[in-house]
Parts: sequence; structure tokens; C-alpha cells
Amino acid sequence: MIDNYILAPVFIHLFTAIAQLMAWRKTVTQRVMSVIGSSLGVLLAIRLFTKVYHSGILTMNSSNWDAPFGIVFVADLLSSTLVLITSLAALAVSLFSATGLSRQRMLYGYFPIFHFLVMGLNGAFLTGDIFNLYVWFEVIIISSFVLMTLGGRKAQLEGAVKYMAMNILASTFFLTGIGILYGITGTLNMADLALKIKLVENQSLVGITACFFLIGFGIKSAVFPLYYWLPSSYHTPPSAVAATFGGLLTKVGIYAIIRVFSLIFIPDEFTKNLLMALAILTIVTGSLGALIKVNIRRLFSYLIVCHIGFMVGGIAMFTKVALMGTIFYLFHDILVKTNMFLIAGLIRQMRGTMNMKSLGGLYAQYPKISLLIAIVLFSLVGIPPLSGFWPKVYLFQASFTNGQYIFAAALILGSFVTLYTIANMWSEVFWKDVPAGVEVDNKFEPMPLFRKILLVLPIGLLGCVTLYVGLNAEAIIVLVDKISDQLISTQPYIEAVLGKQN
Amino acid sequence: MKSPILQSATKYLLPILLLFSFFLLLRGHYYPGGGFVGGLVASIAFVLHSFANGTEATMKILKHKPLSLIPVGLAISTVSVTIPMLFGLPAMTGLWLEEPIPVIGMIGSSLFFDLGVYLVVIGVVLTILFTISLNNLEEKN
Repeated sequence: MIDNYILAPVFIHLFTAIAQLMAWRKTVTQRVMSVIGSSLGVLLAIRLFTKVYHSGILTMNSSNWDAPFGIVFVADLLSSTLVLITSLAALAVSLFSATGLSRQRMLYGYFPIFHFLVMGLNGAFLTGDIFNLYVWFEVIIISSFVLMTLGGRKAQLEGAVKYMAMNILASTFFLTGIGILYGITGTLNMADLALKIKLVENQSLVGITACFFLIGFGIKSAVFPLYYWLPSSYHTPPSAVAATFGGLLTKVGIYAIIRVFSLIFIPDEFTKNLLMALAILTIVTGSLGALIKVNIRRLFSYLIVCHIGFMVGGIAMFTKVALMGTIFYLFHDILVKTNMFLIAGLIRQMRGTMNMKSLGGLYAQYPKISLLIAIVLFSLVGIPPLSGFWPKVYLFQASFTNGQYIFAAALILGSFVTLYTIANMWSEVFWKDVPAGVEVDNKFEPMPLFRKILLVLPIGLLGCVTLYVGLNAEAIIVLVDKISDQLISTQPYIEAVLGKQN
Repeated sequence: MKSPILQSATKYLLPILLLFSFFLLLRGHYYPGGGFVGGLVASIAFVLHSFANGTEATMKILKHKPLSLIPVGLAISTVSVTIPMLFGLPAMTGLWLEEPIPVIGMIGSSLFFDLGVYLVVIGVVLTILFTISLNNLEEKN
């Protein structure tokens, strides 16, 4: 069905960014605009989601060019749900950055760039054209370079160089893959590619192209052995920026892997084994890295890598149950990881450091906020009935029915390491007293109540969504079930884009 | 660098180059040209002026900071992209007037998109170059 308004969640962020550019250097106006723009974004995303949920896949032919020739935007259940979750995360980050960020950074255009980044994310989820997906990826990485270097401290620049080098390499692989794909099929529309790729005589060339895409998306989503840029760059920018990066950027890579491998390159035995090996190694290396970190944000960065492995493993099995687990985990992961980095930012405001050795006493001082944080940490670990628990059930079920016992073992290892590191962090940061000889630099206590609320509200907002996802898992499972149906039988997607054929 | 030859040549070149950049902007829809190239030519005109007379003199004839052109250009482009949505058409659809206007020719929403690009390009190029040259001046003093 054609709906000309599916790009509204993209345009609202573009408009917000432009309005903020006009209010250059007026930081208070920019903060208000950012919160209003993100709230409108959430409303538009809800509208898109309910419409897709009730009336099926929506498409828009931009410039009114017919399907395989022009650029198509497609909103199926997976993309519209991701747009909704991204908008929620963006609203939380907007609220948090209104107080949790130094004015210096806002003066150099933090807010417009942040909205350009969210625009890129929404666009990447909605596009139905493989080259257009590349363009959205460029929008995302250019904005993220600016966000990462804004402030210009030495550690930031060092992190940004690693981040930029790896991401440009990833884009090169991705672009080369698109070039070959266009050469062998003569089309860039993903639905059209799904039909034409089967007719290519030289199927081994198709396999090689798939590897190009896998390397490109693998770097972006931090899969073993290409993950090391992530832990060495995510701890450098301010927490509000790290929250956007940690929660959303790697997940776009996972989304792209799901989309490309479910629609164009249906995984064969070789690809499945390759993905499975990568998933297991990602979980193991991520867990080992997380065990030895004492800086909270470095710890979270390694946990991101570890949990990316869970999702890649689900894609590798490519059965309905496994995909349900993967997609549910993807939703849960975006919400929780964004929140984790916001929590790290809050802890920094309260104590002035993120080193666990010199932190402590937060539970005694702020029991209510600590309990709120505990809910988020519990759902990250996957304590039933919170949101991290349900997807793991599906992943375990799928790995046992498919005989993937090594992956099941890796899942158990990853979950245990998450539990251990988070429990360790809880006792170090919240229960332990402030170590002797450490000066506490508490910026949170003297703040006026309004600013305190602005810092805690986004964590509460995302925490409530996590609780909703966990406690209302039945509704989410119905949704995830429909999504994985759409991913496995791609006929409705192709018909929605190209019209009924044959 | 104050050279009388360059200064008097620039006096004539600046309007000619600006006119040429406008010509490129307008013919871009059917022939080579368009907002990007037009914007580059226009910014070259101002850069030439700043070579001959110094950056501060150029800032004076521009009146506004080149940085302020960027949001204006972006806004024009975005509005021209989203206006078709008000008529129930997909975004980016070209809307055209029925009759051509003398001298300019056919006017459509894509011309405004190009105009936005034109302004953004001038804004970006001049902001970068002027920032560099003003930094150099400060270091010399």
C-alpha cells in the first residue's frame, strides 16, 4: 500500500536540525527545540507503527518514479518498530543532553548534528534501496565523526581516528559490494534484487558479494575480529553521545545484516556456519574483555560486543524461532544499552569519575535512583520477567532444536559474564563505601531540582519502556512473530514494492 | 598581497562571475550545471575579491556571515522537497508551473532545491576559507 507520509519521522528531525542551525549559539532555544522535535518524532513514529501494524507494509516511491527505477522507501513491521524505538531512545538522549552536556559543546553545534544523526538512523531503517542505504550510512557516520570529536580533547581525537578509519573501511567494502551487485543484476532496488539474484548464472560471484556486505556490516556492528575500534573509542565522547552510539549505531549494522541476508542473500550452509563461528567468537572475546575492565564505560563497550554476538548467532541459525529471539533481543538491546550509557553519565555527574575503584556509596546516598538503575541492570542481565529474559529463551530453544550446542554454551558464558560483571559493578559502585582518600566531586547534589529531574527522567522513561517490554512480553512476542514471518517469506515485501507480478 | 592589476580586474570580474554562477544555476535542469557548480563559481568570485582586497573587505560587502547562508539554503531545499507532500504526492516530486516565465524558463520546485544547494555551497566554502585566512592573519599579528 502506498503512503506518502512514511518519511515524516525523517523529516521532523531534519526540520529540527535546520531550526537549530538558525538559532546558532542560542543554546537554551536549541535545547527546547531538541526536546520538542524529539517528542514530535516519537508521536510520528507511533503513527507510522500503528498504521503499518494494522494495514500491512507501506511504501513510498520518492519523486513519483515507479518502483524498480526510482528510490523506494518501505516501512514493514521491522523497520517501523525500529523507528519507534530509535525515536524513544532519541527523546531520552535529548532530555539528558539538555543538562548533562557542557555548554561549550552545545555552542559548536551538538544539537543539530545529533538530530542529523537520528535522521540518518530513521532513513536507514526505512529505505528500500541498497544504494540509498549506503547514503544513509554515510549521513550517520559523518554526523557521528563530528559528535565524537566535538570538544577536541586528546583522548577523543585518538578514539575518533580509530573509529573513522574502521568505518571508512567498512563503507568501502559496502560500496564495492553494491558495485558488484549492480554489475551482475543491473538493479539497486532491494525487492527487485531479491527476484533477480536468483537468476544470476554465476552463483559463486553472488557468494563473494555477500562476503563484501558481511565485512562491511560486520565492522559497523562490531563483530569479531573487526570489533576492536568500538571499545577503544566509545569511552571517549560525553555520555549523551556515547548513549546514542552504544544504543543505536551498532544496531543499524545488525539491522542491515538482517535485511540484506533475509531478502537478497538467503544464507546457505557456508554463510550460516561462517556467521555462527563469528557469533561464538564475538561472544567469547566480548566476555573476556568485559571481565577485566574497571572503567564503567569500557565495561559497557565490551558488553555491547558480547551481546552483538547473541544477535548474529540468531541470524546464523535463520529459523523462525531464532529470528524471533534475535529481533526481540535487538529491541531490548537498543533500549537497555542507551540507558546504560545514560546511567554512566549520571554516575559521572554524581561522582566525577567512572573508575570503579574510586566509586562507591551511591546506594546509601541515592536509594531511589539506585533502585531505578537496578531495574535496568536486572533487565540487561536477563532476570525474569524483565526484557532481557524472553529473547534468550527463544535463542536457547533455537540453538537446541538446531543442534548448535557450542552456541548455546557461548550464550551461557556470555550471560554469566554479564551477570558477574554487573554484580561486581553493583557492589563496587553502589554498595561499597567511598574508598578512603578519594575526593568526591558531586555535581549532582547542588543542582536545582529541575535539572536533577531532567537527568533522571530519561533513565526513568527508558526504564519504563523496558519494563513494559518485559512485563507485556506476550504482545511483543505476537509482534516479533509477525516480523519474523515477514522476514522468512519475503513475497509480501516484494509485492508491496513492485506490485503483483506473474 | 595588494596588486593594482588584480584589484582593478576583480572589480569587473566579481559581477561577471556572479552572473555566470546564476546562469549555471538556472540552466542546470536540462544541461550541465546546477546549484553545486553555480555555488562554487559564486564562492570563487568572493575568494578572488578577498585575495585582492583582503578578507575583511570581502566580509564587508557580504554584510552577513557566510555561516548564516547554510541554514537558509537547507531550509529552502527541505521546503521544496516536502511541499509536494502537502498536495498528497510523494516527497521530492517535481511541481512545475504551467507556463514558462520569460528569460528564466520553466519554474518548478526543483529550481528551489537547487537554489538551496547553491546557498549551502557558498556558505560552506566561504566559511571554511575565511576561517583559515582569518586564523592566519591573527597568527601573523
